[in-house]
Amino acid sequence: MRIEGLDRLLKEHPFFEGFDAAAIELLAGCAANERFAAGELIARERSSADKFYFIRHGSVALEIRVPGREPLIVETLHEGEILGWSWIVPPYVWYYDARAVALTRAISLDATCLRDKCDADHSLGYELYRRVVPVMASRLAAARLRLTDMYAPPTNAAGRQR
Amino acid sequence: MDTTALVAEAPTSDPMIPRPFRIERVKKELSDTFTMEIVPVDGSAFRFRPGQFNMLYVFGVGEVPISISGDPDDPALLVHTTRVVGSVTAAIGELKAGDVIGIRGPFGSHWPVEEARGSDVVFVAGGIGLAPLRPAIYQVMADREHYGNVVIFYGSRTPEDLLFRRELQRWRGRFDMNAEVTVDRATGHWSGRVGVVTKLIRSGGYDPLHAIAYVCGPEVMMRYAVQALNDRGVTGDRIYLSMERNMKCAVGFCGHCQFGSTFVCRDGPVFRFDAIADLFTVWEL
Repeated sequence: MRIEGLDRLLKEHPFFEGFDAAAIELLAGCAANERFAAGELIARERSSADKFYFIRHGSVALEIRVPGREPLIVETLHEGEILGWSWIVPPYVWYYDARAVALTRAISLDATCLRDKCDADHSLGYELYRRVVPVMASRLAAARLRLTDMYAPPTNAAGRQR
Repeated sequence: MDTTALVAEAPTSDPMIPRPFRIERVKKELSDTFTMEIVPVDGSAFRFRPGQFNMLYVFGVGEVPISISGDPDDPALLVHTTRVVGSVTAAIGELKAGDVIGIRGPFGSHWPVEEARGSDVVFVAGGIGLAPLRPAIYQVMADREHYGNVVIFYGSRTPEDLLFRRELQRWRGRFDMNAEVTVDRATGHWSGRVGVVTKLIRSGGYDPLHAIAYVCGPEVMMRYAVQALNDRGVTGDRIYLSMERNMKCAVGFCGHCQFGSTFVCRDGPVFRFDAIADLFTVWEL
């Protein structure tokens, strides 16, 4: 069943800039409008990655929870960004918790529906992958940059503070 | 390389002789960082340009180069923000109001904010790199009507490491500028952004074809900030950054801060990126 208006919201999202309009209408068949209150858990680590989100408004924190410690926020995602690529990668489970930091509105695509459409239409699948992979690459690069702990006090090659 | 436009006049007095300054106030900024307000003992004015640095001399201990972090329009008060990283900065951190410190300077090139008139201005700061940029921010905001969009992108290690937090909040609250802050990592109490500062650069808020960018922070941050600015369309001739090297004499004699064919103390610390692009990724420098 096609839900009127979701294709328009998808078209407005930067991820779909330049995307074939007919393909967006096809994807809208997998779409749902979502709203999360501040603090609400959107996804739980190791739970099924059954949705792919397009953030329209608000912000989402990706968190790692360890017993006895405060949740560590590893990244925040904001308006115009996508949330989740685990739906592409077997075994299709979330690697982090995702929590709305503020009131967040998003469009979600059902992962099973999406994968089925990609399997049935490889051009559509390729186009989606072509857009998701740069996001993954950019997040990987950012994670690696943060590994440098660049704001730590400067040290020389011998490890002494300058 | 033409850096003459950036190089300020040399101090009129002997640049090797420190002038005594009295400490008026010391403010703890972070666990390892403090801001010191000092005035010349002889009561004379101290004029500098944004981005310049002084040599701070703790008598009997040693001397270190520290950027000026105060307002260029307030020549009565000299402000330095210092992070304790070694014996001299630790000794400076022990000083209290009323103590006297030696100052040589101001030295080096400056942020050419006057060149950005009519353009958008992008300040990209990381960690304590916000301190050398603050005088330029003051100067732009004092002359606000002559600039396009003004944005500050600031990144720090954690929320607890945010420098000039209250001032950042003030800047964020203004209608005529945009200040975005991100941290590398945080716990659940933080409701701001978590991610690298380069992501803020990509988020926009300025016209990349008509923007001048001033970048200051750890060198690895600046390297990726320049890439992000380039990716957005800000070319190297419109990016300025402040380099940090082991400056000793501050006047280009001793050679400690040699950076390719330049001396950071004399030809820098502020360089136009295209002038040093070839040196920027040379490990040995």
